[in-house]
Amino acid sequence: MNAVPLVRVRRLVRAFTRRGVLNGVDLDVGPGEFVALLGRSGSGKSTLLRAIAELDFEAVGSGEIVAPSNLAVVFQDARLLPWKQVLDNVTLGLRGPDARERGLAALDEVELRDRARSWPYELSGGEQQRVALARALVREPVLLLADEPFGALDALTRLRMQSLVRRLAERHQAALLLVTHDVEEAIELADRVVLLEDGRLTADLKLPPRGPARAVAFQGLRSQLLSLLGVSGDFVGAGA
Amino acid sequence: MNAMTGDIAEIAEALPGDEPLAPMRSQAPPRRASRRRLGLGEPIPFGPLLGPALLVLYWCVLSYVGWLDPRILPAPWTALATAESLIADGRLPANLAVSAMRAGEGFMFGVAAGVVVALISGLSRLGGYVFDSLVQMKRAIPTLALVPLVILWLGIGEPMKVTIIALSVFIPVYLQTHAALCATELRHLELAETLRLSRWRFVRDVVLPGALPGFMLGLRFAVMAAWLALVVVEQLNATSGIGYMIDLARTYAQTDVIVVGLVVYALLGLSSDALVRFIDARVVVWRRTLAQ
Repeated sequence: MNAVPLVRVRRLVRAFTRRGVLNGVDLDVGPGEFVALLGRSGSGKSTLLRAIAELDFEAVGSGEIVAPSNLAVVFQDARLLPWKQVLDNVTLGLRGPDARERGLAALDEVELRDRARSWPYELSGGEQQRVALARALVREPVLLLADEPFGALDALTRLRMQSLVRRLAERHQAALLLVTHDVEEAIELADRVVLLEDGRLTADLKLPPRGPARAVAFQGLRSQLLSLLGVSGDFVGAGA
Repeated sequence: MNAMTGDIAEIAEALPGDEPLAPMRSQAPPRRASRRRLGLGEPIPFGPLLGPALLVLYWCVLSYVGWLDPRILPAPWTALATAESLIADGRLPANLAVSAMRAGEGFMFGVAAGVVVALISGLSRLGGYVFDSLVQMKRAIPTLALVPLVILWLGIGEPMKVTIIALSVFIPVYLQTHAALCATELRHLELAETLRLSRWRFVRDVVLPGALPGFMLGLRFAVMAAWLALVVVEQLNATSGIGYMIDLARTYAQTDVIVVGLVVYALLGLSSDALVRFIDARVVVWRRTLAQ
């Protein structure tokens, strides 16, 4: 862990009238670090992400959050404005004469430059999510918050998106906080996995470097995390 | 469907070579690959004219077999001849120009006022508190009920007529635009906040474009409201216009002139509605609906 964390959350408590509760969460994310925030549905992981993104104006609570202002959010739905063409969705809110070029470069990175003049409804779900990724990256964020960004995608598109996100986060040297309920996705992508249960962080695992070491540890990590999540039964290769 | 289950590599090879996928398909004229099962079917050119055409046919038959007394309703060909002579002596074009001018002026003032007040009350809470209840109150009073007051204020001349039309147009434009502004989606608001859009950019790029379909709907209601109000005000001491022409014809029991006037009203309403829809389809290109 770096000496100066990029994100610093202390004693965070959040409550809604209906659901989603955090009971004293402490979390640090270092610059450029890829953290997967793992938890069952209803564990409060989206609430934590939305608190860091300052989108929780409906919640009450206490605690301290320090986060860079230069952050970007990728939601589960692509959230493109249907009345703007793809490029205009990417450059939404950008200033400066080079906004267009930057937008096109970002579309290039997600391999959608040729769809710059398309309307959102003409794109597939995966393409829309790639546009949303370009819209986030074009702002050169130091922190990318992603709330189950692959949740609505089919398995093949999801694999492509996962490696794309991983590559782009590395290239842009952005820290990435990925909310997911998918254990394998978390192990596959992240540097570190934190586990959120009933509004508390219950585990914080630093993963071995990606590559052979990670591959060797994969099954062990998987069954460890699954048992922490309370999933019982037979999993292949269990035994950490 | 067969092509989809086939080998992808095979198809990829077949396509660039421009070879027909199957002999039967290459013979058939190009057509849509599939139809929407729950859609409305293919649109037919000039299809919307079917209803009016059937009505005219019915009218022709009734007149031809003599079931329709010409004093009640003249035969279509009589009305047509009357229309020709009214056009030839310049009465119809002159009155039409006056009516269109009146309706157009009232329409423009009404739309402008409706949009401005909707923006004020839709984009700020204070504006909503001030204006929305007032407009809802005005909405409860039929415009016709305001005619006596407006006559006392403005007399019986053109300003009164234009004002009544503008008041009628104002309400639907305001209601639809205001409702659309207030229906801005929370998820788009969240997006704008994470992108750190300024308030002005949020309004310009998110709220206003999102409200455009609602405004266009208001415009369609407004066009009809304008013609309706026109009919009313032209019965009130007018000395020109289609309504005046009809009123005069009533005095002389000229049913054919009345019919011509009514048909002109109908044509004006239909064509202006078609115009608004035409504009709507070109302004809101990003929307897909059932009827398209």
